[in-house]
Amino acid sequence: MLLGWVALALVLGAIAAGVLGLATGADLALPRLVSPYTIGILGFTLLQAGLSTLISVGLAVPAARALARRQRFPGRSQLVSLLALPMVVPPIVGVLAIVEIWGRTGLVNAAFGAVGLDLGLDIYGLSGILLAHVFFNMPFATRMLLHAWAAIPGEQWRLAGQLGLSGLQVFRFVEWPMLRRVIPAAAALVFLLCFTSFAIVLALGGGPPNATLEVAIYQAVRFDLDFALALMLGAVQVAVCATVLTALGRFRQTAPLGLGVNPPTARPDLSATWGRIGDTAAIGLLLVVLVAPLAAVAVQGLTGPVAAALSRPALWDAAARSLAVALITGLVALVLGCALVATMRELRVRRYRPRLAGGLETLSSLILVAPPFVLGAGWFLLLRPVVDVFQLGLVLVVVTNVLVALPFVVRIVGPAATAVFEQTWRLADSLGMQGWRRLHLIDLPALRRPLGLAFGISAALAFGDLGVIALFGTGETQTLPLYLYQLVGAYRVGEAAVVGLVLVLGCLGLFALGDRVIGARRND
Amino acid sequence: MPTRPLIPLLTAVLAAGSAAAQAQPAELTVYTYSSFVSDWGPGPQLEPLFEAECACDLRFVGVEDGVALLSRLRLEGPSTGADVVLGLDTNLVAEAAATGLFAPHDLVLGDLDLPYAWDDPIFVPYDYGHFAFVYDTEALADAPDSLEALVYASDAPLLIQDPRTSTPGLGLLLWMRTVFGDAAGDAWATLRPRIVTVSAGWSEAYGLFLEGEAPMVLSYVTSPAYHRLAEGTDRYAAALFQEGHYLQVEVAGRIAGSDQPDLAHRFLDFLVSADAQAVIPTTNWMYPVRLPPDGLPDAFADPATILPLLIDPATVAANRQQWIDDWLAAMSR
Repeated sequence: MLLGWVALALVLGAIAAGVLGLATGADLALPRLVSPYTIGILGFTLLQAGLSTLISVGLAVPAARALARRQRFPGRSQLVSLLALPMVVPPIVGVLAIVEIWGRTGLVNAAFGAVGLDLGLDIYGLSGILLAHVFFNMPFATRMLLHAWAAIPGEQWRLAGQLGLSGLQVFRFVEWPMLRRVIPAAAALVFLLCFTSFAIVLALGGGPPNATLEVAIYQAVRFDLDFALALMLGAVQVAVCATVLTALGRFRQTAPLGLGVNPPTARPDLSATWGRIGDTAAIGLLLVVLVAPLAAVAVQGLTGPVAAALSRPALWDAAARSLAVALITGLVALVLGCALVATMRELRVRRYRPRLAGGLETLSSLILVAPPFVLGAGWFLLLRPVVDVFQLGLVLVVVTNVLVALPFVVRIVGPAATAVFEQTWRLADSLGMQGWRRLHLIDLPALRRPLGLAFGISAALAFGDLGVIALFGTGETQTLPLYLYQLVGAYRVGEAAVVGLVLVLGCLGLFALGDRVIGARRND
Repeated sequence: MPTRPLIPLLTAVLAAGSAAAQAQPAELTVYTYSSFVSDWGPGPQLEPLFEAECACDLRFVGVEDGVALLSRLRLEGPSTGADVVLGLDTNLVAEAAATGLFAPHDLVLGDLDLPYAWDDPIFVPYDYGHFAFVYDTEALADAPDSLEALVYASDAPLLIQDPRTSTPGLGLLLWMRTVFGDAAGDAWATLRPRIVTVSAGWSEAYGLFLEGEAPMVLSYVTSPAYHRLAEGTDRYAAALFQEGHYLQVEVAGRIAGSDQPDLAHRFLDFLVSADAQAVIPTTNWMYPVRLPPDGLPDAFADPATILPLLIDPATVAANRQQWIDDWLAAMSR
């Protein structure tokens, strides 16, 4: 409970410090806030983020359902392992991988060209942005939903089987209530990420009308050092996102699920022909969206100057530093995130204050829309008189990464942890089970998989994050993503592709660590 | 009386201490952009050269790019840890000078091989390049030979960068301004349908270009030299324009409040020396401000054949926001 408030204080304190730092440095002349252009891009930001979320989550539902229904097919375990990968891949790697497949001279256009058809696929514009955002977020949403499917108690399936429910009825009465718990959490994360997306939107957007507010904020901070404008735009961004998050929270199901002991489930509705076709289509779509661009990353990496790239000490130096940052971030974010979750579920269930709990969740997520370079600049101004900020370089990198990871931990672990609590708190209370014993005997066994995923995501996000290191970075604190950007910036695109593959493999390793060690997952 | 010997003893210890402190070589801190200090950048080659002649410890601190360099300097203010700042460009010098943090260079720079006479009392130029459209000769048979032709006659798709977030992007904005003047808005509107995308930074656009997403990309005249020398391919070429090419000059300056003013001064002098300049072309892929006695490598186009264009930094600083707004309006038509 206490640690939860500490974690929240950390998030709010970090935002406040950033704002305060900037406000003291800001010259509050009337900013150029309300211009037709700003209003135009706010509209576009909402449009693209809304559509990206709708499509990503909309496609994730059938994909997760198909994966939940089909427990055994060759490559399933590997496919599940890849699901969380795109969202932690640095934007430039993802963008190049997407054009490799969908671009003007990409695989799809080339394949149609080879059989004499001029498809003329041109993704630049809203469609390119959506394509990229679906690649980055839909697989992750699938992974979140898949966990929720696995958490449906075995009793419900048995009951559904005894009642002879059809596939549609199963969806309506068993799966939909569960989805209402998880979809808001997944949609909120995807929306926030797309709302603040910046390099991807510019790279694939085709022109200035297709930009996000984040671009304007970036310009204000970096080029103009107009902190007042940056703060105002940041405030608009936070207000809009808070409104959307609150609205999503209302959709959330709060009625408790029944008690379950989670035996392996036998679904009653697996043999229908249409179900088979649908599942095959959904998994096929996942292969196209997820696996094709990742395969492009692998091919580009393997056909690059592998030996030259791998023989540079600077690469391993950067990789080791990034790995250390990733592991520390993963652990700290997991501990603080779980503390937040414990506080929220206590408020939601035992004290019956769901609104307060929801508000807490929204607050803890807002760090995702507070632009890192705004916060970074603010902290810099605030800390500078006290300490040598650049000596603190890596510490600040860890702190920022923990803050960014917290919303993920909260939204991955939160729904499952709350469900467990709803089912067990009365019993545990009556048995006088408290503290460590309760954690060890009740929560841990039920939450291992979400915990493993949350660790993997937090660590991998930190591993692939460029973020504030670019602002605070010095020659001695090079990280792997920064090294990759340096290579691209120095024409060494081939070497950068090799480093991109190293980075992706590193993220995969961190996920495996989370899944196997914390999640104790063997074959999903 | 017995305490008397303590004083000479103390003096001796203090003297020894300060002698030891002096034996520690003085440290000169140079802020620069990170690619300057990367493995393949000029930094690792310049460091031993300068340290050999100064008997000091040269320390590079790399930040993201030239813009981040200026931001960091403005954030740090007079208490900055830098003695020298290296890597600002012509479009940033007016704002950098306005910080009041820099001291005059006090060097005689009349004999530099620059496209125009250098009269800035504060900043020392160390390399320069011209913005240019680089094209893929396998995808585009004949490239336009003027900016006018590029806009009004060519049908080649292009990749460019955003002037709000990238230096080449701003360079193109100013280039269009010098060539078309007040008609720049119409030129942009004409060009607009052929612009495949406007990326945040040079890296994304150039990466997309190498993927084959468009046959032309906004980059530098010197870009093909990299492909020729490092990759041994003639596939990429820069389209040379009759109106000339907008210039980017990269500069360094010393900080007025530095506790190593002499070393900082010596470093600036070193930076324009023949030894240091010989390192620049094939590490930073820009033109040196002092041509090597035996000429540049063949892969570099002769800079004397390229007409330089430049708007003076003060005019740019005063009009940049208005021009960017005009650009946004033209691109949103």
